[in-house]
Amino acid sequence: MNLIKFEDFSFKYDQAQDFVLKDIKLNIESGKFILLCGITGSGKTSLVRAMNGLIPQFYHGEIKGDVFVKGKNTKNVPTSTLSRDVGLVFQNPENQLIAMNVEREIAFGPENIGIPWDEMDSRIKECIKITDIEHLRKKAPFEISGGEQQRVAIASILALQPEIIIFDEPTSLLDPKSAIQILNLLKKILLEKKISTIIVIEHRLDIVLPLADEVILIDKGRIIEHGEAHYVINGEKFLNSGVNIPKCVSVFQKLMNQNIFTGKMPISIEETKNLINSIK
Amino acid sequence: MENDNMEKKLENLQILVNHLTYHYPDGTIALKGINLNIYSGEIVGIMGKNGAGKSTLIKTFNGLLKPTTGTVYIENDEVNNVLMSKLTRKVGIVFQNPDLQLFANTVEDEIRFSLKNLNFTKTELENQINLTLEKFKLKKFQNRTPFTLSGGEKKRLAIASIMCRNPEIIVFDEPTIGQDAEGVEFIRNLIKEKHAEGKTIIIVSHDIEFAIDNIPRTILMADGLIIADGPTNKILSQDQILNIGSLISPQLIKLSKFLIDLKIKVPEDVYIKENMVQFLGSYFKDKMGITEGGKQ
Repeated sequence: MNLIKFEDFSFKYDQAQDFVLKDIKLNIESGKFILLCGITGSGKTSLVRAMNGLIPQFYHGEIKGDVFVKGKNTKNVPTSTLSRDVGLVFQNPENQLIAMNVEREIAFGPENIGIPWDEMDSRIKECIKITDIEHLRKKAPFEISGGEQQRVAIASILALQPEIIIFDEPTSLLDPKSAIQILNLLKKILLEKKISTIIVIEHRLDIVLPLADEVILIDKGRIIEHGEAHYVINGEKFLNSGVNIPKCVSVFQKLMNQNIFTGKMPISIEETKNLINSIK
Repeated sequence: MENDNMEKKLENLQILVNHLTYHYPDGTIALKGINLNIYSGEIVGIMGKNGAGKSTLIKTFNGLLKPTTGTVYIENDEVNNVLMSKLTRKVGIVFQNPDLQLFANTVEDEIRFSLKNLNFTKTELENQINLTLEKFKLKKFQNRTPFTLSGGEKKRLAIASIMCRNPEIIVFDEPTIGQDAEGVEFIRNLIKEKHAEGKTIIIVSHDIEFAIDNIPRTILMADGLIIADGPTNKILSQDQILNIGSLISPQLIKLSKFLIDLKIKVPEDVYIKENMVQFLGSYFKDKMGITEGGKQ
């Protein structure tokens, strides 16, 4: 099922000279872990802003075409309604956390959309369980670590039960181990069907690629490749796009250029190991 | 000979940290007794979990924070006894978030402010501003406010505003966060260039893939202490250290360990990309009997 549909959508910010999104045709389906990548300034953030109505309702400008979220046109339906379908988590959880303790933080969203108390209580319990933050329940959001804050931010978005969650560089401030734990948590939430689809913007492709079902590659405001992760990674456009190619991919890219290797490139260390085992 | 070396080493000692502790006013003890030598011309990485004390440590180098106990010497100056203005001329820190560093009305003014008080004549000052703008590809933004620049451009401006003062010691706090391949390449080249000029470079980073390629020596901090100090490839391949530092091995160290576990004989430095390509190239050729043209 199509959750988000872009129909020849273009957008230019007020007072900007160029269109930042150009002729976007895109279907976001349910059940996917989607990696959105592209170099700095390619339009990643603008694309996700157009997925929950922030563009054009909050950021004004010139529009061509339409975007539909579960059939609702983002031009007409208020962002407060759209945000129940599409949740956004930003890079720095500190900017998002406001309450006195973790429990209140998670309750904040559901409270504001008038969820009855008993249902809210059960939602809070469930979100705390999923994100594994029981021990933080009574703590203040500012006295816990970056990784823990990111878990709380995820729990507080989950409490709104959106179908789609978009993460804009969720791990950039975290150490490598915490980053992997957060990404694995997202994958678990998806597999347990707590959420229909997850879209992640990440520069650290080495840790996110092994989890991705689909990759969207954006360049100069256009989607230049979109498909199953292996398909995109094996394409010329990806390899020339200027994104951070993981080392294992770039090793096999070199071997391919030397005509030593001709198969499907491995996108993770696990796949690289399997490949080496298969020729041992 | 031994003595000569030792003397030479001491002569090159640039940062000397002795029994350094730092207590924040709220009672948090961020540094619990740091001892550290950094020599002139070194490239040193500082790694460790959030809250390990990395940022606190580097802030004592330019006088932003004064030691609670213990001493920090920058060359011959003990940081407690020297004016911060003198220290900031020697030690330039490029912070992680450029938004916290940039404040001027235009890109040009940002550089001008940084060069103020360095006793340039008016012509020299204008020349220096121009050179910096050109070198950091900021000329076309000269009259724009820094806040309308993209994330990558802001980062470049923040770096430029520190580099134009030509500090002897350059500290980068998480320089590769949010950077695409071109941005990372820019940082890599800048470090190479400054290293060639003999500058001392300190890099606080979580970026293990960048560290393994560009930083020869790494210091690992945990809970206000230094718990390991050595060659980066050694630090990033020991499970015990990785666990304490909440780090993971870079991809090619994982891969070389896997090859070793398979009892395949690999060169010691196979974790470097070019070496891995060469090694796997001959391994594949050998296993699959590839000659001309190649096949799988």
